[in-house]
Amino acid sequence: MGDFISTTPASRREMLETLGLGSLEELYRDIPAQLILKDGANLPEGKSEFEVFRQMESIAAKNTIYRSVFRGAGAYRRYIPAIVNTVISKETFLTAYTPYQAEISQGILQSIFEYQTMICLLTGMDVSNASLYDGANAAAEAVAMCRGKKREKALVSACASPDVIETVRTYCWASGIELELIPEKDGVTEHSSLEAMISPEVCCVYLQQPNYYGLIEDCQAFAETAHLHGAKFIMGVDPIAAAVLKTPGECGADIAVGEGQSLGLPTAFGGPYLGFIASTEAMKRALPGRIVGETIDSEGNRAFVLTLQAREQHIRREKAGSNVCSNQALCAMAAAVYMAAMGPDGLKRAAELSLSKAHYLADKLGALGFELKYKGEFFQEFVTVCPPGVDETALLKFLEASGILGGLPVSGGLLWCTTEMNTKGEIDELVERVSEFLKKGGAAQ
Amino acid sequence: MKLLFEKSVEGCALSILPELDVPEYRLSEGALRLKAPKLPQLSETDIDRHYSELERRAFGVNNGFYPLGSCTMKYNPRVNEAIAALPGFTQVHPLQPSDTVSGCLEVLKLAGGELCEITGMDAMTFQPAAGAHGELTGVMLIKKYHEARGDFSRDKIIVPDSAHGTNPATAAMCGMKVINVPSGADGCVDLGRLRAVLGPDTAGLMLTNPNTVGIFDRNILEITNLVHEAGGLNYYDGANLNAIMGVVRPGDMGFDCVHLNLHKTFSTPHGGGGPGAGAVGCKGFLAPYLPNGYGEDRPESIGRVKAFYGNFLVVVRALAYLLMLGREGVTLAAQMAVLNANYMKKRLAECYAVSHEGICMHEFVVTLEREAKERHVTAMDVAKALLDKGIHPPTMYFPLIVHEALMIEPTETESKETLDLACEAFLEVYRDCMAAETPSQHPLTTVIRRPDEVRAARESKLIYKF
Repeated sequence: MGDFISTTPASRREMLETLGLGSLEELYRDIPAQLILKDGANLPEGKSEFEVFRQMESIAAKNTIYRSVFRGAGAYRRYIPAIVNTVISKETFLTAYTPYQAEISQGILQSIFEYQTMICLLTGMDVSNASLYDGANAAAEAVAMCRGKKREKALVSACASPDVIETVRTYCWASGIELELIPEKDGVTEHSSLEAMISPEVCCVYLQQPNYYGLIEDCQAFAETAHLHGAKFIMGVDPIAAAVLKTPGECGADIAVGEGQSLGLPTAFGGPYLGFIASTEAMKRALPGRIVGETIDSEGNRAFVLTLQAREQHIRREKAGSNVCSNQALCAMAAAVYMAAMGPDGLKRAAELSLSKAHYLADKLGALGFELKYKGEFFQEFVTVCPPGVDETALLKFLEASGILGGLPVSGGLLWCTTEMNTKGEIDELVERVSEFLKKGGAAQ
Repeated sequence: MKLLFEKSVEGCALSILPELDVPEYRLSEGALRLKAPKLPQLSETDIDRHYSELERRAFGVNNGFYPLGSCTMKYNPRVNEAIAALPGFTQVHPLQPSDTVSGCLEVLKLAGGELCEITGMDAMTFQPAAGAHGELTGVMLIKKYHEARGDFSRDKIIVPDSAHGTNPATAAMCGMKVINVPSGADGCVDLGRLRAVLGPDTAGLMLTNPNTVGIFDRNILEITNLVHEAGGLNYYDGANLNAIMGVVRPGDMGFDCVHLNLHKTFSTPHGGGGPGAGAVGCKGFLAPYLPNGYGEDRPESIGRVKAFYGNFLVVVRALAYLLMLGREGVTLAAQMAVLNANYMKKRLAECYAVSHEGICMHEFVVTLEREAKERHVTAMDVAKALLDKGIHPPTMYFPLIVHEALMIEPTETESKETLDLACEAFLEVYRDCMAAETPSQHPLTTVIRRPDEVRAARESKLIYKF
């Protein structure tokens, strides 16, 4: 058994004596006796570090790790520069708590300040917080920021990721905000529908760029319509695409949010990732969570502190806009290191590689009869319709046998994704396998 | 120290990604941003040294004693990190087919099973990413329960005034009205006042037990019973579970749902503010309302609170810890956390006034109220002087029901020797502060002196201006 207790049994006795107690059990004498477990919790006996490592290793080995991945849909396998894990493995970053004591936490506070700055550079917004749980949660918090006295309806694009829509829906149900989906047409959000749906009760419009199907939305048009009717415009962005696409700031967004996993974090069965959220200067006091600001110390030196805390739950309690306190600080640090290592050119290259490879793959699949479902411009993901008679499930199984994770089945097709990880050789191999499958008849075997 | 942006040199770049190996595709001009983000341009050497310097300007559990009350800053076992880094966990895509993720599902099942045993609950979700997120999920379960029974009149959540701020903030996010109940002189729930606010509009009670002054509320069965009789549900805030795991169970105390902070009680590191994990457990009758996990489809679910299935790698770490401790280790950890707290409390009582007499649980609160009035020595002064002793100060000015509070939680992973040294430092700081003729200037040895927080809020410089 490993317990990580540093006190020896002899010291324990000494400490109990100091307290005038005869046993550890006596520490609980104020608890009603009928509640006390006689023999501890019903758990297996403890094990050594060696045994647990072996056990967990064998559990991990039960998962399939694909040699090549052509699936994204909200989680992306990207190259993580080695420096990222070097930095976030540094013990002090790993084991520190929230930087409440600024004098001994400047390292963490400064790293958050740098992260906030990079998120603003990427999104073109004025202010960022220190991170939220993930992109879906950031979207839900952003919607809550926009709620007004007589504005209690949110309009969310039906082309946003299903997990984002569902998370926003849950938060809206709980807090009493009405949620309506702006319908999809040809794979993008239908602007004419927004014009029909918007009203003085609408507090915000949410659009995702690129959307769930990988298509590029005309965000500016949505921002203009939202603003014309006094509603806020929230833009959910992919941080890699953001390196090349028109920024939320340029599109006129009031709030930018997104899933930051692509910035140096592994897919890890869904987490931990990080949500980023950035707003205009005008909305900064409505931002949830921690925010770091610059100030000076008593000797006039630059210093960083947690600031604008009057927004937060530990001060405002039930009047706070959000209950967030813990966030994804270490993941945000990974994102900052990633952006520093990539630099402006590296980030742009990641975007351009993903983009060009997606179009190369789309062309190759198209030649095999997998037509694009939507005609609009796409970034790194796209939906294909399977040729008649081709069994999707069988195709994916067939690819799996070669260590390839194929596109995600979505209504009416497969949602493919490429990143910089997919070399030309890998893409050609995928296409070859698909072609082989078609030759065999394309159905379940 | 300079910022990354101030160290940036135009034209400096790392060679991370290869050249394009397929035909180039160009997006239409209208879709593009006007100029590239002005990210820093640095060599790998400079990036590495930058973060090494930042690390030296921070303080973690690896650096020294960290008795930050309510945060359970226990040691974070290194084997957890080694296990969480296994490619078999990190390289799994969340949308892989079910027969390819059986290892991940096994982790969640094993961890869920152990935590159900520890809490006395029947079902567990790992979707919430942090404690406050778990609270939110828990109160949503309560809301859904009442709605599912067609009872839409229950819109009040009762919260003691000793509670963490997240409790009332969470209730408000769920559209609930918050009824704050003053604590009794003993820091526990005042039964009379509780009775007075219970009624047909009660949705539930949120309670931390042991509470934030470190006392186990001995009336707990009566409290939860009163709430149940009024038709409400009981929510257990697991922030203080470290005191009682393997000793008593929230489920046996009459709680219907709980959240656990895996990053406190179950040894996963805090990462400078996250990621944590806020597992939520509930009794069987609430299980149909839990968020859906991988491959689950509960038609009555409250819905998702996050994408995918939670902070999975945090759960991996917590499971590794649980497997090592096992039945005996879990109980012993709680007992030793309580012993360490009581030992420190006894020794500090030589100078410090403790907020509540008697045996405490895993933490206790001292008050500088008298010293502040008589000598202008505040909780802040003591905390800042501790910085010069290489000790992370306790939680300051919380709970709100104790004035000039310092909340001290040593945890079980500290040795008697560490506690003795820390106690001596606490006592010396007290005597120095009381003897000082001029207002305290501490800290003197840290990389910055006391920061001007008012200026930070007023000027709100939140990003670097080029």
